[in-house]
Amino acid sequence: MDKINVAIVGPGNIGSDLMYKIKRSRYLNLVLMTGIVESEGLKRAAALGIKTSTKGVEAILEDDSIRIVFEATSAPAHIQNAPVIRQAGCISIDLTPAALGPYVIPAVNMDQIDWSQEDDLNMVTCGGQATVPIIAAIQRVMPVSYGEIVASIASKAAGPGTRANIDEFTETTSKAIVKVGGAKSGKAIIVLNPADPPVMMQNTIFAEVEGVCDAEKQEEIRASIQDMVASIQQYVPGYRLKVPPIFEDNRVTTIIQVEGAGDFLPTYAGNLDIINSAAIATAERVAEKMLNR
Amino acid sequence: MEKKKFIHFCDVTLRDGSYGIMHQYTKEQVAQITKGLSQVGVKLIEVGHGDGVGGSTITYGRSLLSEEEMFRTAAENKGDAELMLVCIPGIGTMEEVTKAHANGVQWARVAVHATESDVTEQHIKQCKNIGMNVAAMLSTCHVLNLEETVMHAKRLESYGADVIYLADSCGTMFPEEVKERFTLLKEHVQVPLGFHGHNNLTMAIANSLAAAEAGADYIDGACRGMGAGAGNAQSEVLIGCLKRKQYETGVDFYQLMDLAEEVVEPVLQRPQVVRNMALVIGYVGTYGSFLLHAEKAAKKYGLDPRTIIEELGRRKMVMGQEDMIVDVAYALAQEKEQKERAAQKE
Repeated sequence: MDKINVAIVGPGNIGSDLMYKIKRSRYLNLVLMTGIVESEGLKRAAALGIKTSTKGVEAILEDDSIRIVFEATSAPAHIQNAPVIRQAGCISIDLTPAALGPYVIPAVNMDQIDWSQEDDLNMVTCGGQATVPIIAAIQRVMPVSYGEIVASIASKAAGPGTRANIDEFTETTSKAIVKVGGAKSGKAIIVLNPADPPVMMQNTIFAEVEGVCDAEKQEEIRASIQDMVASIQQYVPGYRLKVPPIFEDNRVTTIIQVEGAGDFLPTYAGNLDIINSAAIATAERVAEKMLNR
Repeated sequence: MEKKKFIHFCDVTLRDGSYGIMHQYTKEQVAQITKGLSQVGVKLIEVGHGDGVGGSTITYGRSLLSEEEMFRTAAENKGDAELMLVCIPGIGTMEEVTKAHANGVQWARVAVHATESDVTEQHIKQCKNIGMNVAAMLSTCHVLNLEETVMHAKRLESYGADVIYLADSCGTMFPEEVKERFTLLKEHVQVPLGFHGHNNLTMAIANSLAAAEAGADYIDGACRGMGAGAGNAQSEVLIGCLKRKQYETGVDFYQLMDLAEEVVEPVLQRPQVVRNMALVIGYVGTYGSFLLHAEKAAKKYGLDPRTIIEELGRRKMVMGQEDMIVDVAYALAQEKEQKERAAQKE
């Protein structure tokens, strides 16, 4: 066997996009798409020859071959589902803000995760996936006392779950700026933009550094950000630096844009693309470990 | 004789007014203005960073005072008035609202870009749960047509809002447009309605009166018209006009004028007149609080600030997108540099 069998819980927009991404994976083999009611998402999966179920998370108990489960539902649902996924002996890749396990941002901390200990990996938020790496890139040059990010997302790319629980986005992203980005404090803002045609996902990142940010340090920060952008592009090809770092006293301002791959969701929905791509990158790392074990 | 209608007047000098001084109110000023407003009979006083709780950031400018200091100071001086905060979902969180409530704030104005009303559900419901009064506000309301205005207002009502506000955040509306919206809302919404005007086309007072005539119960103003962009409806002028129009407000007109002149005017760093940039904002309908940020960016990149405002309007940027000013200014500066280089080559 050269691929690991995986399942998706939640056949909505995120789940459907994941499905197309998994089909391209070298390490992952999608064997089940499960939801709680008949839906377009399940029909789409069935049309691609994937087994479907309306029994929700319980369906994974019926297939021993499944090793990794993508949770693409909501935070309360994942809190309920997590024990079942564990019981089935699977690793959760959690795309909700439930954050039962550690935050994973592939370009930043994938090598620091103790895979033998963790069975629930949280993907933070779309804004976190897009911005925290930049904070981390600055932080590896100079200590960051404060990181602030503004994620601008097309209204059409923000699903009902995000809209009804917007505090979860701001709070989780703020925490990740500190926990994963390494800043001493953090603040996240999300703005939904209704412009038509929809705007591309764009993020502004501000970092306040400690110490003197002289020409030499500025050069190091520039290079560190370039390296980070390159590592993210490995799994999110549409990630790009829109405004390279601007230095003003001890403040560094950067703007990045994320164009989605357009697998299932439109290309402006870079926010959904980046969290899904990060989830795939994380699952592939898990699968690689499983295959080498 | 017809019975006089009562208008609930909300003074926003200490919140929206803070844009005019880049959120630099001192503790003494907060104390003095709150106390003064309460003494002249104002029953609703809005306090805080211009962008509401959580707004003190690099993006929107940092407040001099912490939220706790601001709300506590106001609470100590409010007399029998009630305090209001602003919370823009996506910027402010319930954690911050809850703290402010504990520090003596009774009202939450949950503000949202008019087309995105469904992001307020969590905040409106949770504010109600902790016992606050909620004024839900559709900002930049000119972008909605009549039918959409009703749809979004009904949605806010269904979440439990006590008052529904329309805000002409860009100061771009005319009295007849305000009137038709309020007349229609009155037929479809049960809860009281409010209006928050801006003065970019010097229509704030006229629009406020149109709203009152068409059924609004709550009207906002700021002393000396302090506020984002061209500022708000000028409180003392508004109270005078409402008085002339036979409305009751419970506010002492002369005493409010004195407060505006003696206490608030010295705080202003420059007179609140409609400067060219604010006029452009009203003319094109771009969000008003971009003003000072755009001027700063224009200086940094050697641009005409009006081109930044126009470009923001063209890109349809909304409330809260101050960070895009850097993006736009950077792009315009690059464009300018390229043109200059090309000219040199020739």
